Amino acid sequence: MKGYLCLQDGKTFQGDASQNWEQPVQGEIVFFTGMTGYQEVLTDPSYKDQIVVFTYPLIGNYGINEVDGESQEIQVSGVVMFHCSESTSHYLATSSLKDYLNQHEVPFITGIDTREITKAIRAGGSHQAILSSQKENEILPSESGQMHKVEGQEIESYGTGDLHIVLIDFGWKKSILHALLGNNTKVTVIPFTKLNEFQAKNVHAVVLSNGPGDPTDAEPYLPQIKKLIDKHPTFGICMGHQVIALAYGAETEKLPFGHRGANHPVKDVETGKVFMSSQNHNYVVKSSSLEGTPLAMRFYNVNDGTVEGLTHKEHAILTAQFHPEAHPGPADAEWLFDDFFKMIQSKKEEGVYV
Amino acid sequence: MSKKILVIGSGPIVIGQAAEFDYSGTQGCLALREEGHHVVLVNPNPATIMTDHTIADEVYSEPLTLESVTAIINKERPDGLLAGLGGQTALNLAVELERAGVLKQYEVELLGTTVDSIQKGEDRQLFRELMDELGEPVPESEVITTVDSAVSFAKKVGFPVISRPAYTLGGRGGGIAHNESDLKELTENGLKASPIQQVIMEKSIAGFKEIEYEIMRDQNGTCISVCNMENVDPVGVHTGDSIVVAPSQTLTDSEYQMLRSASFKIVSALEVIGGCNVQLALDPDSQQYYVIEVNPRVSRSSALASKATGYPIAKMATKIALGYSLDELLNPLTGHTYASFEPALDYVVVKFPRWPFDKFPEADRTLGTKMKATGEVMAIDRMLEAAFQKAIQCLDTKQPVINDIEEHLLKPTDLRFFAIMEAFRRGYTLEWLHEQTKVDEFFLQAIKQIIDIEQSLQTECLNEELLKRAKWFGFSDLQIAKLSGKPESEVKEWRDEYDVKPNFKVVDTCAAEFEAETNYVYRTYTGINEVAPLKENKKALIIGSGPIRIGQGVEFDYSAVKAIESLKALGWTTIMLNNNPETVSTDYETADRLYFEPITKEVIEDIVTHESVDLVFTAFGGQTAINMAEKLEQAGLPIAGVSSDVLDALEDRDRFYGSLDALHIPHVAGQTCVSEQEALKVADQYEYPLLCRPSYVIGGQGMVKVNNKAELLQALEGMEDHHYPVILDPFVVGKEIEVDLVGDGENVFIPGLMEHIEPAGVHSGDSMSVFPAQLPSDIEAKVKQYSSQIVQNFNYKGIMNIQFLWKGEDVYVLEVNPRASRTVPIVSKVSTSALVDLAVQVVTEGLDLKEIEQPVIEQVAVKYPLFSSHALPELDQTLGANMKSTGEGMCIGNTVGEALAKVFSHLPDLNEEPEAAFIDIESDTKGSTLPFKEWVQTKEASVYVNDQKTPEAKEKRVQALKYGMTVFSEKTTFQAYVDSIAYKKASPVVLPKPNLQGVESV
Repeated sequence: MKGYLCLQDGKTFQGDASQNWEQPVQGEIVFFTGMTGYQEVLTDPSYKDQIVVFTYPLIGNYGINEVDGESQEIQVSGVVMFHCSESTSHYLATSSLKDYLNQHEVPFITGIDTREITKAIRAGGSHQAILSSQKENEILPSESGQMHKVEGQEIESYGTGDLHIVLIDFGWKKSILHALLGNNTKVTVIPFTKLNEFQAKNVHAVVLSNGPGDPTDAEPYLPQIKKLIDKHPTFGICMGHQVIALAYGAETEKLPFGHRGANHPVKDVETGKVFMSSQNHNYVVKSSSLEGTPLAMRFYNVNDGTVEGLTHKEHAILTAQFHPEAHPGPADAEWLFDDFFKMIQSKKEEGVYV
Repeated sequence: MSKKILVIGSGPIVIGQAAEFDYSGTQGCLALREEGHHVVLVNPNPATIMTDHTIADEVYSEPLTLESVTAIINKERPDGLLAGLGGQTALNLAVELERAGVLKQYEVELLGTTVDSIQKGEDRQLFRELMDELGEPVPESEVITTVDSAVSFAKKVGFPVISRPAYTLGGRGGGIAHNESDLKELTENGLKASPIQQVIMEKSIAGFKEIEYEIMRDQNGTCISVCNMENVDPVGVHTGDSIVVAPSQTLTDSEYQMLRSASFKIVSALEVIGGCNVQLALDPDSQQYYVIEVNPRVSRSSALASKATGYPIAKMATKIALGYSLDELLNPLTGHTYASFEPALDYVVVKFPRWPFDKFPEADRTLGTKMKATGEVMAIDRMLEAAFQKAIQCLDTKQPVINDIEEHLLKPTDLRFFAIMEAFRRGYTLEWLHEQTKVDEFFLQAIKQIIDIEQSLQTECLNEELLKRAKWFGFSDLQIAKLSGKPESEVKEWRDEYDVKPNFKVVDTCAAEFEAETNYVYRTYTGINEVAPLKENKKALIIGSGPIRIGQGVEFDYSAVKAIESLKALGWTTIMLNNNPETVSTDYETADRLYFEPITKEVIEDIVTHESVDLVFTAFGGQTAINMAEKLEQAGLPIAGVSSDVLDALEDRDRFYGSLDALHIPHVAGQTCVSEQEALKVADQYEYPLLCRPSYVIGGQGMVKVNNKAELLQALEGMEDHHYPVILDPFVVGKEIEVDLVGDGENVFIPGLMEHIEPAGVHSGDSMSVFPAQLPSDIEAKVKQYSSQIVQNFNYKGIMNIQFLWKGEDVYVLEVNPRASRTVPIVSKVSTSALVDLAVQVVTEGLDLKEIEQPVIEQVAVKYPLFSSHALPELDQTLGANMKSTGEGMCIGNTVGEALAKVFSHLPDLNEEPEAAFIDIESDTKGSTLPFKEWVQTKEASVYVNDQKTPEAKEKRVQALKYGMTVFSEKTTFQAYVDSIAYKKASPVVLPKPNLQGVESV
């Protein structure tokens, strides 16, 4: 069956539709340039409500497995691929990608020129788009508040240990939790809207998770968040990084078409080293807005110079716009977790925790 | 600050070290000059563009030995040495120079990766110690120095075991042993092949996935992975002999990142400054992986990775060696992002090796840990199936006929891929094939898909949908025509009717994330066209020569690149078509636009139509390109230079001999025969021996000297239909003379003549030759006169090669090649005459050659062939009409003797060490007096001489080759060596610089 991908600016691409097309699906269209890691992308809550275009043409080669999901469900609204493998060839695979998407009733389109779509996104900036069996569609204004859709319902606790880390949830990825567990740590995941229900006892550190959409959606909660992180060694990742910036008075803005992929070069101002990072974000912290705040730029993007991470001039706060937990993408920045744990350790030695 | 930098090249092309180092070396030299440095190059390979003065400031075509390079350092006093671009040869030489204290004595700084790091990467023992330290897994193994310890190791870990001699190229002397007797022989050879008599014995992990990463690291410690690649052939087949895809296809992100992180860890521990290749093996059924090896330098794989991604590794590695960091360097393909990033591909790349077995039917086709391919092709498309198919189209070989499928599956051979295809045709299951070959089911599925469509084309009616599907999956019009039983032209008509047209897409390193000003293009039937024709007028398409193979090597890439340079200088817009990832012509910085595609009529027509090309050049891509001329002309395409009728008049023996008779130019009596019967009848008219040569072949393939009727019959049996007409010439004993010339229809420009050292009958590609020839003046005059007559008679405009036979007073014409020949680079470089440039000017500008001055040639060059007997030791390297060498070298002296002394400088002085040679011919030279069997075992044994054709002689030669010795099978070559001994200690001679005559290139 023929299907169409219609962009907000009027460009339409024709392809082969999958089986779940009863209703048109709308979402923000974004492209991911990594050549592996489709399962991680599909299940990453930061992709909530988005239609993802994979720029690598052969997707699904190694199927879907039980270990690589970043959350329990598929988060994207729709998938655009040049070609999706019918079969799988991997010892861990439990399903083919096609079956997986169909089972979860996530529409996808194949046999479509993903390169041209990518160029259209690049040229026109972030778009709303529709996957539809009709050529003509009405595109509704974009929705906001994605982070409300993906945050957990309950406060949950993982692992056991003497070190207690609070993970503020804006749509956390499993890999962030994994990177925190195992160091004699207990992690309490708290939905960002439920911070007031939490009694901050015996907390040693705070992590702010990744999440979808616009960081200003978290504005009502900034005072609570600031109160908590003022007192504790804190690590913010992606959305977490942006929220921390907002909490200390900096501003965020939207990039033309975001950064998504596994090859974004980031320079560490402190060491002069460049490393590859996994990225997935539409918004960035405005570097000019850092002036007058207690924040300093620690990392920046080699290609476009945008802010990639911050430190706090007084508090033990470290942030990264990219994903040090990887999955998908390179683990070149996983040492940031080590630095974070060292930060916690030295703070502990100072004895200044509540 | 400008510095003088010495660059060591990789020398003549041999199996395991081929044109990829021409590409990386050229990029390196250009990068150095871009930074304002003065480049002194030593590389005795005349065929490459790297040894051209447009690439380096001073060029030494001198031996790559410690002594010779020390002399050059003494003379030139360079500030720095760059050795990471010349393969294993250059790296080993750098280590030797360091160890001998030469670098310290002359205060030469080794740029890039240090000797210490090189040794940690290359020395098996040090490498294993480092891996243990890092906690990186390596297969159970042991470094051994005796045969006994190899046997006890194998008994401990169990057979099969892999033997890898230390410091050797292309797995030289290595292999897999399945039993004790194999192991003993393998170890003996391996110890001999290793310059430090060290072999690593390794437990076999055959069947694992083989994955490679190309890593760059700068002095700040920034690491990037330019590309990862997956071998279709699992561990057990040398990566140079494996079909390879990029990026990896069957790895999950966790696996991809796990191996990438391991590679970074290793490269960082080695403190590599530049490029490094890491090879790993991954268990298909678990997370277990092993590190196989690292190459702390640019390599064949890095050349492939550069072409696969568009990221110029050698160029960046050179800049890093000069002290730049990756984030300071711009990504040249996008023009505005930086080199510190990892390319994202939005297409799939297939590399397919090109093996020499079409030339060597008697060779052992089994593939193992020792590389046997001479070259490779690369194909790009959006579907894996299409990339596979295009790669096969690029090979420029006939689809092989597979009879016994299992013969190629159980022990992999070069035909395994074709055997798998055949197996699907015969209905074997995918599961069974996976069981037998361990090739991942993902790849098998793609091959099966191709066969499914093939079968649809055979059985179903060719409708629009099927046609589209077939093109989408990479079927050529010719394939579709054959399968559906229609003429190719009809398929084209159908395509036009249904508007099934190729699209062109670009390689931009970033999957369209950023805008890129790239000129690197491939063709696909998927999606939408994104490449607009070049805007400029006067467009020239230069047809390349495809993969490096015996008889068609890197010398044709030289000609193609020179043609591009000339055309650019004349204001043309240049478009290159080629598919060899190892070469300079496929560097996207060479031509104004690069099409990386198979060289077929269909593709050329597509490009000409799309770009509105004004002229197609077929004279600079060897036989592959010239073979296209007639078809292209028939299709109405604008061919540069002579018409196909003139080409035919020169190549059709009857027409050609008729013309020579009319001009009173002597030629050997001979006749063309259109069938076997005719050949036998014709043979009766002459006396044996006869020379029997098939038509339309490369490098004298299938050409043989036959001594009697039985031998003739045998030769004819081996011929295929398209090899007819076959030419039979009476075999005349004499000396061969070659001429490379440019004609303008009226005048002829001949920079000099070349004479062969071996008697006629030895293929010109396999003979040693002297340039300029030292001939009596009357003979020289005759050669020039005949050449001139031929040019005038055919109103020939362009470049041409003529081979003559000199006997007594007489000179006979043997054959004419109406294209740039193998020897063009040699003649051009030594005589400082830009032959290709002149030819281009004649064709495009109507240059009058009368105006060109005759060059004064002050030195003498000797060209010598290189036989890759380390890779194919089972082959008897006797010289004959069928070319066997894989590459050529050149040394220069003030006299022939001096040049020869350099050619043979790696061999012992037989006056001092007679025991080094065993001389099985009548000779005044003294050799060893031991019995042969004892002699071959001695440490001194290094030269064996035997020119007999007996089975016994053959066996001895092969045995000597297996021990890595130099074998002389022609008396004249051996005599040249003996005579040269008197000339030892000749000082280095710099290649003369061009006198800027004519249009000098950009």
